[in-house]
Amino acid sequence: MSILVNADTRVLIQGLGRTGSFHTDKAIAYGTRMVAAVHPSKAGTVEKFTGETDHSGVPGRPDTYDVDVPIFRSVAEAMSEAGATVSVVYVPPPFAADAIMEAAEAGIDLVVCITEGIPVADMVRAKRYLQDRETRLVGPNCPGVITPAECKIGIMPGYIHQPGRVGVVSRSGTLTYEAVYQLTTIGLGQTTAVGIGGDPVNGTNFVDVLELFNDDPVTEGVIMIGEIGGTAEEEAAAWISANMTKPVAGFIAGTTAPPGKRMGHAGAIISGGMGTADAKISALTAAGVTIAPTPSDLGAAMVEAME
Amino acid sequence: MKIHEYQAKQLMAARGIPVPRGIVATSVDEAVAAVRPLIEETGNKVVVVKAQIHAGGRGKGRFKEHPDIGGVNVVTAGIDGGIAAAEDRVRELAWNMLGSTLVTIQTGPDGKKVNTLYIEQGIDIADELYLSVLLDRAVSRNIVMASSEGGTEIEVVAAETPEKILREEIDPAHGLLAFQAARLAHGLGLEGDAQRNAAKFVRALSTAAVELDADMIEINPLVVTADGKVMALDGKMSFEANALYRHPEVMAMRDLSEEDPAEAAAKEHDLSFIKLDGTIGCMVNGAGLAMATMDIIKYVGGEPANFLDVGGGATADKIAEAFKLITADPNVKGIFVNIFGGIMRCDTIAEGVVEAVGEVGLDVPLVVRLEGTNVELGKQIIDESGLNAVSATDMKDGAKKIVELTS
Repeated sequence: MSILVNADTRVLIQGLGRTGSFHTDKAIAYGTRMVAAVHPSKAGTVEKFTGETDHSGVPGRPDTYDVDVPIFRSVAEAMSEAGATVSVVYVPPPFAADAIMEAAEAGIDLVVCITEGIPVADMVRAKRYLQDRETRLVGPNCPGVITPAECKIGIMPGYIHQPGRVGVVSRSGTLTYEAVYQLTTIGLGQTTAVGIGGDPVNGTNFVDVLELFNDDPVTEGVIMIGEIGGTAEEEAAAWISANMTKPVAGFIAGTTAPPGKRMGHAGAIISGGMGTADAKISALTAAGVTIAPTPSDLGAAMVEAME
Repeated sequence: MKIHEYQAKQLMAARGIPVPRGIVATSVDEAVAAVRPLIEETGNKVVVVKAQIHAGGRGKGRFKEHPDIGGVNVVTAGIDGGIAAAEDRVRELAWNMLGSTLVTIQTGPDGKKVNTLYIEQGIDIADELYLSVLLDRAVSRNIVMASSEGGTEIEVVAAETPEKILREEIDPAHGLLAFQAARLAHGLGLEGDAQRNAAKFVRALSTAAVELDADMIEINPLVVTADGKVMALDGKMSFEANALYRHPEVMAMRDLSEEDPAEAAAKEHDLSFIKLDGTIGCMVNGAGLAMATMDIIKYVGGEPANFLDVGGGATADKIAEAFKLITADPNVKGIFVNIFGGIMRCDTIAEGVVEAVGEVGLDVPLVVRLEGTNVELGKQIIDESGLNAVSATDMKDGAKKIVELTS
């Protein structure tokens, strides 16, 4: 088992430009079912992907792949014609929120938005649009979602993952890789790793993912990686303390960040005394989360929490 | 991106939001020349001389060179002495303020140099209020915050009398509705014309915030005049970087002299860089990892000199530019390169570092931690370059090594 995506997930790509094509190729090499793309002016054609299989991905495949991804005019068409269940968005920032809303209007289960730099006002509107619809959004500005050896959606390096017992949820891409790599090295592996993104307005939040991991029978523990800005970690702490039945280890980045400065991520800023690392760490500690003092200690913290 | 008060007021005035009449001055002569038209047009013999810097607390701030002068000065000489007396006082103030350094609670001890003054009409104030429009991340919407405690910092009001802060959520599908604006105006204790004008002001400001992609507009104080007018006596606006591409008129208001030169240079190369006060330069990929690298340096006893995220798709040239930004800081006593390659390949990083050292040299210790995509190739490039770099097994090991080497 896993959460959000698995071996049966059928993925469509919105935004098959240079970045989108590059990562679609990597996803196919990993063994992800990339079944459709949406591009109004190229509708009716196919995009060819060939190369060598990534043997750290879905097992039991031939050494090479040769896949034709059909291109459709709209998300609705890609869903009905190709049976897509999840969309991954690589559309450039000015048009990305519209792509998310199109996918939601078509009624897809899940949209994973990788695009970085979407204007906040656009995301405020997109989130309002999603409010009355069934579609779940992960991201934007995130590495994506991976269930090792089953389905890789996004820009994370596949080979550092290993099927296993721990769920990972994070606001930061590279810190997710740190956690994943340690879990692989110590042999715990991952059930699913979810990047929720570094923007101030995003779709799925810590609490949503924690709830999914809590209900997933295979996940035995969770690593959550937060950072300064907002109150999502504090909300997660309250939820954990009331509901979580599994051990959680965590790390919060930005202990030394000066107030008022945006630390790379649009969402990572301490303003008006809110969103400090110290407040988040104390809330999580009080909720029983084992906090790693540095990212290098995340694997060890998970082991400690699981004992 | 921040803009000056006078620029914020220009943007408001263009949208029919009431602001006092004011004139921008960058020289003593311009400041003096502003006095007559202001007094003649408004009939008010008081003018105010306001320093324009990107930091709050100007009124209570003091000039380094002239500790008796603050950043905001009310000139009343015109009441008894007429325009000539007001001009004399403005001349004296402008002479002392322009080119001098204003230190406020928000500028830090170094203060900020004042290059521009805003000369504004005096206002007969009956009441001072607080108003802001900003994103509430918890509800993923903009909200309007208002308080009857104008002139006080909102953090102080929030801590001491939270019941005095009113808020209304702005539904992006509908904007701020008329009844919400009326509820706020009533809640602020206003009546009659003042209540109607305040409600109108709040709606116009909410619309402006959305139209301009402002991530924060703060009017403190919002003033009610003796005759029931409502206007912005001060105005702070900041804009979301991701949306600036669709607001050229706001982009044109950028004031490079208010920005750290190294941070501005980093932006040119699409690097995310923030200068700090420590001695260990950091080069990292990914914002979260870059923050955590600063934290871990501090954790093992050092002080980071910067935050630097080279991003996911950097070329060797961009890495070289990033490296040069770090070495240009004279406080840097050592450099820690911490990379977990995903899309960013370790060999690209290694090539960039070698290229930069070839160009600008390296006279401080360098610790390199590489992990992830093409890690072996990256290590090989560093080894074969003859670069005097210490390699680290993980980020904690790297942080310890660079702190040892620099202490």
